[in-house]
Amino acid sequence: MIGRNRNPHAGEPQPLAGAPAVEIRGLGKWFGAFKVLDGIDLLIGRGERLVICGPSGSGKSTLIRSINGLEGFQEGEVLVDGIRLTRESKTVQAVRRRVGMVFQQFNLFPHLTVLENCSIALRLVQGMAAKDADERSLHYLRKVHIPEQAGKFASQLSGGQQQRVAVARALAMEPDIMLFDEPTSSLDPEMVKEVLDTMVQLAGEGMTMAVVTHEMGFARQVADRVIFMDRGKIVEQATPQAFFSNPQAERARAFLQQILH
Amino acid sequence: MQFADNVDYPPLLTRPIVFVPALLGILVVLQYWHVGASQVGQEVLGSLGLATLSPALGNFVVAAAITMIIGFNVGVVLRLPLRWQVYVVWLELAALILLFFYSFDLSFDFIRRKIWFLLRQGLLMTLYISAVSIVIASVLALMGAIAKLSSNGIALGIANFYTSLFRGLPLLMQIYMIYLGLPQLGYVIDAVPAGIAALSLCYGAYMTEIFRAGIESISKGQWEASRALGLQPASTMTRIILPQAMRVIIPPTGNQFIAMLKDSSLVSVVGVWELMYLARTQGQTEFRHIEMMITASMIYWILSIVLELVQARIERHYNRASAR
Repeated sequence: MIGRNRNPHAGEPQPLAGAPAVEIRGLGKWFGAFKVLDGIDLLIGRGERLVICGPSGSGKSTLIRSINGLEGFQEGEVLVDGIRLTRESKTVQAVRRRVGMVFQQFNLFPHLTVLENCSIALRLVQGMAAKDADERSLHYLRKVHIPEQAGKFASQLSGGQQQRVAVARALAMEPDIMLFDEPTSSLDPEMVKEVLDTMVQLAGEGMTMAVVTHEMGFARQVADRVIFMDRGKIVEQATPQAFFSNPQAERARAFLQQILH
Repeated sequence: MQFADNVDYPPLLTRPIVFVPALLGILVVLQYWHVGASQVGQEVLGSLGLATLSPALGNFVVAAAITMIIGFNVGVVLRLPLRWQVYVVWLELAALILLFFYSFDLSFDFIRRKIWFLLRQGLLMTLYISAVSIVIASVLALMGAIAKLSSNGIALGIANFYTSLFRGLPLLMQIYMIYLGLPQLGYVIDAVPAGIAALSLCYGAYMTEIFRAGIESISKGQWEASRALGLQPASTMTRIILPQAMRVIIPPTGNQFIAMLKDSSLVSVVGVWELMYLARTQGQTEFRHIEMMITASMIYWILSIVLELVQARIERHYNRASAR
């Protein structure tokens, strides 16, 4: 960073070499009297592709949102790259810099162009010069196959394009881990594929991914492991082959029957 | 238009069931008000050579004539393109208002003699007070809104008390409190800074609520996306939330600015030589109150129009992302 004598990340906790990408131990969270996460233990290895599924209200979104500190929790601990997530700003920033997130509702910044959506955090968080930030943003927009939309606003794009911009925006920060919170649930059917293709491509490049989704085709094709959650607990975890052909838990069988018809 | 319907309804005024009763209504009201006996009525009758008609008949003739003019006018305007309809209606109404003032038999010579002083001293002072107050009020409003949305009890308490007090007390009282009250504590304050302080505090309190509502109108997802990317809370507010909130904030803020422009006349009570003060005092010397009041009013109106235009331009700027 030429011309800057200030390290924007000074004082942040350092990652631990050889630590798993994500380590969750005894995670518990209440919404009032309702226990939404109940004693979750979960290890996500480097380069692992994890799919989390389960009925609505089972706590799967809350689980991945607690990995980058968007949700707080009352019990247990979360470690990302060996950094123990606390409520301290430095720690949270250090974790968020290593974790990219894609939301169900895209959450693009509507007042910024596609390119600015990708570059704003590079400039403000990583302190990059505007030119370098634009260059890197374009690189990742090319990766999701929409560099030609760089000058447009989100409202001018289709849902699938918007979600791919959201992926590029997260990737531009060059995270170690990508979280996807139902990335295709609010898309029209014909746009689901273009977003899934982008995610498959990303998986092929060795990105560590945790994906909350009901796209069982995607899970079969890409996932190393499928986790089934119900009422705040991990009820079953298995390889996709084992999970889809022979689910052990009764609730998992009922769930699969519902979504596979 | 927010919602352009794809159904064509004939304009209301072209339907007999609307325009016949409307015109009849106008006719009845004009008659009831004895329009024939008014100055306008007398002139209409005179120009038609009917000045000798009985009052009742004259009244009817004038009412009917005006009703027909209105009906004809509506018929013509409805045939113009939309944009021209707006311009023509606007100009016609402005002309009517000016005619109304003209009927006061004003001394334009007096206005000519005084207007330069009114502009040079009064307008400048009004603009100075309003502009400074607008800037300070906006800063106070932003701080107040952020305090109201914070989880800091002290900030929350201060902001709540501030908006309650300064929205609750009459502005006139606030001006007196600052100008006459502060010297009791040993701080003598000039009239102009006192006026600016009162206007800023009062309008800052109203605008705090506008800013708060604007910030709250932005979905939680925007905060989450921004924070997940690692933006700090301050950058999230200034780069992500506020630019979007501006779309909600600007229309009511424009209202506040226009209201403040006119409320700046209240500081005349502590002897500031602003527009309204000069209009009152200059008119007194020659018993030409109405001349000065109308002149000052016209100046306020023109200033408001300028603010409206500025507001429209800023709105366009912040709406550009949603325009396809």
